[in-house]
Amino acid sequence: MARSDVQLMLDVKAGDEQSFTLLLHRYRSPLINFLYRMVRNREQAEDLAQEVFIRVYRAREDYVPSAKFTTWLFRIATNLALNSVRDNRYQRMEISLDAPVTVDSEDGDEKTMDVAEKHPNIEQHLVEETRKKMIRHAIDKLPEKQRAAVLLHKYQELDYGEISKILQCSESALKSLLFRAYETLRVELAPLVAQHGK
Amino acid sequence: MESKIMGYLDGRLREGERLEMEKHLSTCAACQVRVSEFRAVNVLLDELPMIEPSAAFDIRMQARVAAEPAKQSWWAWFVPSPRIAFAASMLLLATVWLGSRPAEHPAIAEQDLPVVNSADYDVISSFAPLADLSQAASDDDDASDSNASQQM
Repeated sequence: MARSDVQLMLDVKAGDEQSFTLLLHRYRSPLINFLYRMVRNREQAEDLAQEVFIRVYRAREDYVPSAKFTTWLFRIATNLALNSVRDNRYQRMEISLDAPVTVDSEDGDEKTMDVAEKHPNIEQHLVEETRKKMIRHAIDKLPEKQRAAVLLHKYQELDYGEISKILQCSESALKSLLFRAYETLRVELAPLVAQHGK
Repeated sequence: MESKIMGYLDGRLREGERLEMEKHLSTCAACQVRVSEFRAVNVLLDELPMIEPSAAFDIRMQARVAAEPAKQSWWAWFVPSPRIAFAASMLLLATVWLGSRPAEHPAIAEQDLPVVNSADYDVISSFAPLADLSQAASDDDDASDSNASQQM
């Protein structure tokens, strides 16, 4: 039977390095995906994920299971991501207001020639890629705290209590964040929402 | 009503609140549209694919963990490193060894040494007590000497 997060972390505290590896494998993918959707840069997302795990590792001797491990993990991740987003925005403003904003190459982006080779149904594939870009763009446009709330709520499936601890706000404030975020998304994604309703 | 819409969509309302919401939705077209569109957004968000960690992620992570300082025990506070511990113990041993050695006679400078010319100074013939010695002791005297030495 798989050990719980708390038990694994207590074992890490006791000096069991293998338990840390198990925690790493359990959470590296959700963590990287959360950070990627926050900062929109794969390399940066992985750097931040490493930083999260290193901080967890360094804190192992003082670990006390006073909260869920995921709450702790994603609180560190959210703080790092929010700082990174703000730093990135500041750097872009410093470079030039006129320079085009380069968006990180999406994993789904492919060159036209590659698309033709890999996807016989090009039109369908391009439609799907366009939809994904619209959805990504809509999430990107959210203020960072609303974005974090949506990502934690939707993709990590954390409950309101956990998310409010991660974002350090009340549950009612969190529900308000989510409501405003979904309001923005339904406007940004109106063409797709309308298609969905048919 | 805004906060309850999210709870309603997530199925996290208490029974009484859920019934109240459904009653409201049955009469409010705007909220009905909003709930329907929020559900559509929720489904659209599922279309975003997950990305896989790069092949180098685990390798870099292991390297970073290996570079972290090892967990130190309580005595590490006194001895910050093995080299310092070794040097301190050698110094202690040297101090103890030096302290246990007998005290040596102080060296006498050459200029302080008296120059004695044996031709000018006949120690034996001028030694006064030798001149007062009587003849060689008899056997009786040997026995009395040994008793005296025992008493000492």
